[in-house]
Amino acid sequence: MTATLAIEASGLAKSFRGTRAVDGVDLEVPRGAVYGVLGPNGAGKTTTIRMLATLLRPDAGSARVLGHDIVAEADEVRGLISLTGQLASVDDELTGRENLVLLGRLLGYATKQARARADELLAAFDLEEAAGRLVKGYSGGMRRRLDIAASIVVTPELMFLDEPTTGLDPRSRNQVWDIIRALVGQGTTVLLCTQYLDEADQLAERIAVIDRGRVIAEGTPGSLKASVGEGALHVRLLDPARREEAAQTLARVLDAEPRLEADPAALSVPVTGSDRASEAVAELSRAGFELAGFGLAQPSLDEVFLALTGHAAEEKEEVPG
Amino acid sequence: MKDAPTVRPPAVQPVADGALQRALSRTARPPGAGASTATMAFAWRGMLKIKHVPEQLLDVTITPVLFLLMFTYLFGGAVAGSTGEYLQFLLPGLLVQSVLFTSVYSGVALNTDMTKGVVDRFRSLPIWRPAPLVGAVLGDSVRYAIAATVVVVLGLVMGFRAAAGVTGVLAAMGLVVVFAFGLSWVFTTVGLVLRSPSAVLNTGFMALFPLIFLSNIFVEPETLPRYLEAFVGLNPISHLTSATRDLMAGDAGADLIALVLAETVVLTAVFAPLTVRLYRGKR
Repeated sequence: MTATLAIEASGLAKSFRGTRAVDGVDLEVPRGAVYGVLGPNGAGKTTTIRMLATLLRPDAGSARVLGHDIVAEADEVRGLISLTGQLASVDDELTGRENLVLLGRLLGYATKQARARADELLAAFDLEEAAGRLVKGYSGGMRRRLDIAASIVVTPELMFLDEPTTGLDPRSRNQVWDIIRALVGQGTTVLLCTQYLDEADQLAERIAVIDRGRVIAEGTPGSLKASVGEGALHVRLLDPARREEAAQTLARVLDAEPRLEADPAALSVPVTGSDRASEAVAELSRAGFELAGFGLAQPSLDEVFLALTGHAAEEKEEVPG
Repeated sequence: MKDAPTVRPPAVQPVADGALQRALSRTARPPGAGASTATMAFAWRGMLKIKHVPEQLLDVTITPVLFLLMFTYLFGGAVAGSTGEYLQFLLPGLLVQSVLFTSVYSGVALNTDMTKGVVDRFRSLPIWRPAPLVGAVLGDSVRYAIAATVVVVLGLVMGFRAAAGVTGVLAAMGLVVVFAFGLSWVFTTVGLVLRSPSAVLNTGFMALFPLIFLSNIFVEPETLPRYLEAFVGLNPISHLTSATRDLMAGDAGADLIALVLAETVVLTAVFAPLTVRLYRGKR
């Protein structure tokens, strides 16, 4: 069977006690790249992943993972995938090394090979020093690295990563990103669930935006952002008293309505392109404004959601329209 | 743009690059673990947990000691005329009681496990589906053996003598552990139905207490009212206790041992598949 798609899902649905967690998700995930699934908490990302990883049986719809049906051929699917869940999928009460040796044995390595593989992974993931300690005492970043190492004891064809950097500090986040890039470089397909547009933008070739159990937009990060606008120029003045004046200057240069932030010295203006943004900054200094800082920021997940759905990312109670 | 939120912070200590590439580039795929290999791996996991947190064996060891001391010296004289005589009668039964109480912990441990993310990983592995459960229960046999040893050793110190010698005592301990294996499936089922570890513990003990006291562990059934005596005669725990006594005394009948083993098989046949079913459908 030559499946060109890593994942092909149509109409996947799942309810819990009458609540539709996933309400007809269609996905076409190509092989050999990172595919981002972007959405706020409670959008149905985790439930979708759990169905695709054969942990939950869908109420309706169907999906093929690497050419195998997730219900009828669940065992074949399990042989090709690995899952790094939102709760770290490692055993707290064992040491890091024991976790990896256990998985090696479960995947069919003889004990000796399993130990060798564990040591190799511990070295690769910068966990050698902590190898003999209980995972309970690991930091968030260490735990996540061990989690990913556990997922590649046998390199999977397809890896599910559910919010791998939520709660990590920037350094650990970068390490995880490097690992994901290296994985994809070796030919693994990664389905990455995230609530950070930034993360999906950095890693994913394509993104599906999911909201209230449905895919509401799909495309490359570029096309997605284009539909929202490039972002905004954020400026912070040394002298808050001159904010009104600066706002007038920016409005004139960029021909857009500046927004006054809660911070009395800060303001932001929607802008497309870094050229125009730097022009505006130059104009501000020419006019004699002293700046504490400035930056061009991508639209946030909230802005994406506002643009795509007309409601903010986190409010889930009321249905628009 | 020093304040730009999009600027990546410097990678202070990137993951060891060469090693990462090497670790990822391994393509040799092992053949996959068979049912027994996977089961033994999970049994090993259970034993590692005991090794890392030996405190969890405290109640397994202290409770039988308290019971043995209390019952022998408090009730021995009143029930059997002398403490020595009562100990001779009581010890095999206390062995049964201690090990059976320990089997409740299989359900507690499974309930605790289910709240953790690692279960998702186990369930997404291409292994024999019941392996995590069978392995965990097998690993728990270590606990049973420890509880059994504590009771027997303390009994010997207090003056218990087994006519059948070491072989008889070991056979008795073996039979009790085997029965506990069957009974633990009842508690793993309870462990998957109830929501919290403490609920599992309480329910397990509440179910076991009457069954243990309404058996022939503490008193001769002939002294009971007729309807109670009838119940005690039907109670599998009585059968196990009688078989244990007989094995230690050296006059065990094959019928009785066969009955106990049959009861073990029935418990396993009913509750093991039920546990597996609940485990698969969980969440």
